Amino acid sequence: MSTPTNLVSTEKAPASTIGVFAWMRSQLFSSPINSLLTILSVWLLLAAVPAMVDWFFINANATASTADECRQSSGACWAMIVEKHRIILFGLYPYDEQWRPLIATGILVASIILSGWRKLWNMWLLVVWTVSLTAVAILMWGGIFGLTYVENTQWGGLPLTLILSTFGIALAFPLGIVLALGRRSNMPAIKSICVVYIELIRGVPLISLLFMSAVMLPLFLPEGMSIDKLLRAQIAIILFAAAYMAETIRGGLQAIPKGQFEGADSLGLSYWQQMRLIVLPQALKIVIPPLVGLFIALFKDTSLVVIIGIFDLTQAAKVALTDQAWRGFSVEVYIFISAIYFVFCYSMSKYSQSLEKRLATGHER
Amino acid sequence: MTKPKESNVAPPNRRRLSWNDPGTRSIIYQILALLAVGGAIWFLVHNTLSNLSARNISTGFDFLNREAGFAIGETPIAYSPASTYGRAITVGLLNTLRVALIGIVLATILGTLIGIARLSSNWLIRKISSIYVEVMRNVPLLLQLFFWYAIISETLPGPRQALHPMPGVFVSNRGVQMPTVHGEGLLWLLVGVLVAVILMIIMAKWARKNQEKTGQIFPTVKWSLVLLFAVPAVMFFFSGSSMTLDVPELKGFNFAGGMTLSPEFAALLIGLVIYTAAFIAEVVRSGIQAVNRGQWEAAEALGLKRGQILRLIVLPQALRVIIPPMTSQYLNITKNSSLAVAIGYPDIVSVINTTLNQTGQAIEGIMMIMAAYLTVSLSISVFMNWYNKRIALVER
Repeated sequence: MSTPTNLVSTEKAPASTIGVFAWMRSQLFSSPINSLLTILSVWLLLAAVPAMVDWFFINANATASTADECRQSSGACWAMIVEKHRIILFGLYPYDEQWRPLIATGILVASIILSGWRKLWNMWLLVVWTVSLTAVAILMWGGIFGLTYVENTQWGGLPLTLILSTFGIALAFPLGIVLALGRRSNMPAIKSICVVYIELIRGVPLISLLFMSAVMLPLFLPEGMSIDKLLRAQIAIILFAAAYMAETIRGGLQAIPKGQFEGADSLGLSYWQQMRLIVLPQALKIVIPPLVGLFIALFKDTSLVVIIGIFDLTQAAKVALTDQAWRGFSVEVYIFISAIYFVFCYSMSKYSQSLEKRLATGHER
Repeated sequence: MTKPKESNVAPPNRRRLSWNDPGTRSIIYQILALLAVGGAIWFLVHNTLSNLSARNISTGFDFLNREAGFAIGETPIAYSPASTYGRAITVGLLNTLRVALIGIVLATILGTLIGIARLSSNWLIRKISSIYVEVMRNVPLLLQLFFWYAIISETLPGPRQALHPMPGVFVSNRGVQMPTVHGEGLLWLLVGVLVAVILMIIMAKWARKNQEKTGQIFPTVKWSLVLLFAVPAVMFFFSGSSMTLDVPELKGFNFAGGMTLSPEFAALLIGLVIYTAAFIAEVVRSGIQAVNRGQWEAAEALGLKRGQILRLIVLPQALRVIIPPMTSQYLNITKNSSLAVAIGYPDIVSVINTTLNQTGQAIEGIMMIMAAYLTVSLSISVFMNWYNKRIALVER
């Protein structure tokens, strides 16, 4: 078979539309204002980036053994992180046992990653989380299998941040579903209870709830009964997150057409059957992307437990900074833990974006 | 079947006392729910009262009239340690409102600019603004506050070596010193601005009428700017009044004169503005993108310029999408300003925290924090809902 090359000779695109210069003309210098903006930002970048590279890498000191040696260099003192990484990552957990929180962190991260795998979105997910949370509890507390017992007041750092946020999400989720259904209920009493709860919680900052858990909750309990501080903070986080989840899930419920409810009614399904089999599967699918956004927000918000003195990642960093010998390197430490938070949040948000694309089953043009 | 079709609603006399009747069931459920909630509240209140009497903690709001005995760093109204707790809490509330209001204005401006920059046709501007948004959104606000506070209090020089970015402004680890203006001239300037704004409104109305009548477009924006600068200047010169500039000066070990932004306030404001601006940018960007491409194309076909398209066609439509999420960002700024307690800015949470540590009256204190935030949150959302209704699409 002959190739029809003689029909239309292939020509290159006009020289003015390809290549680096054409790209620059259309993307950077398309109008006088754009050229001005480009020149201004290049100038700003030239002023800022080399200085930052200098501080971050070239003049940084990651090997110094003392703080004074570090102060000699004009750049960042990464040696501070090297020196203090154990306390920042694991808090006051007994030093020789710190492999346990390390493995626990690994298990939690692995379970979070597995939860993103859509083939597991069924009963397996429940199994994965039951197994991993049990394993984490055994590792952190110890007391069996020859592990020494470690009180939860000694937990800290990254594993604590992960525990607070995963338990917060896992337990707030069912509560949020119940509240969302309650708010859409036809029964006025139940509806108003849910509305009051949701609006009250959403109207106040998380800090006030944490304060409440720290100073008021002990007063609420009967004489002689007490809940430890970590659990109280966890309860506050769950109650807080549930109100926000309820509103997100309600958005999904509202998007379900009335025909679905009527169809379910005509099949003779009971209310809970309708919700479990027809409505919630559709509603939850719609709200998965905003729910991931909520998870990110909650993950960041767990840092507020610092204010009531719980030893999460942020508080551990602050404690590492109190060492008199290594004073004056807070910027380095804050950048280090910001990077940790960033990695978690950024990957979750990228995942949410890709999910949004894959779940979009042709609603938009 | 010959029987007439039965109505699916049972006759009212059979409705009573049957578990199979949805109406009866719903009443029973509601009574049970109310009983459960009421019981839980009674249980908590009962415990609390017995705990309080066991610990000898007094109740009630009498403590508000007692002497506070602690100093507050920043006081927009007169306050001394001899003032009452009530006054201390008012100071805290004013501090919260101050940082929230300034924060809302600045974050809106910065966020809108960045949101528009993310849609720019300039590759560099687009990239820089999306890096900004991604970094700021994904690091906890509390951490950012600590970071800025550390930058200000640790890495900035002392007052003697203060940075001097422009005349009259000093940046040091004691905060930011700025010149202030006193005198009658200031009043005249403000009156001038007011007059200019009134003139601008009149001019806009006239311009619209004129355009409807003749088809001529009057350059409203240019003339508004001219008015905004010219009227106050003219009024200032013709009033003949004077104005004194109070420039901060280094005296001894600290600054005197001018206005001071404390390091705490500066860190909180910078943190809140930079963090929230990233979210506002996303709100603005998605709002603009929500406007159908056809609107742009139709406007281009009418021969409008890019700026005109944005101002006359796209923004009015985008605002409808933008307002609801923007409201929740404003509420977030207000609520997030409570993080001030972590870096020692005396906002309402931090003042009440001190109060309840001194008096032990935790319940009253936390109730007051919650009441204050609920009031502010509800008023912002009422206002924004009113505004939203005003600009919402009116359909038949």
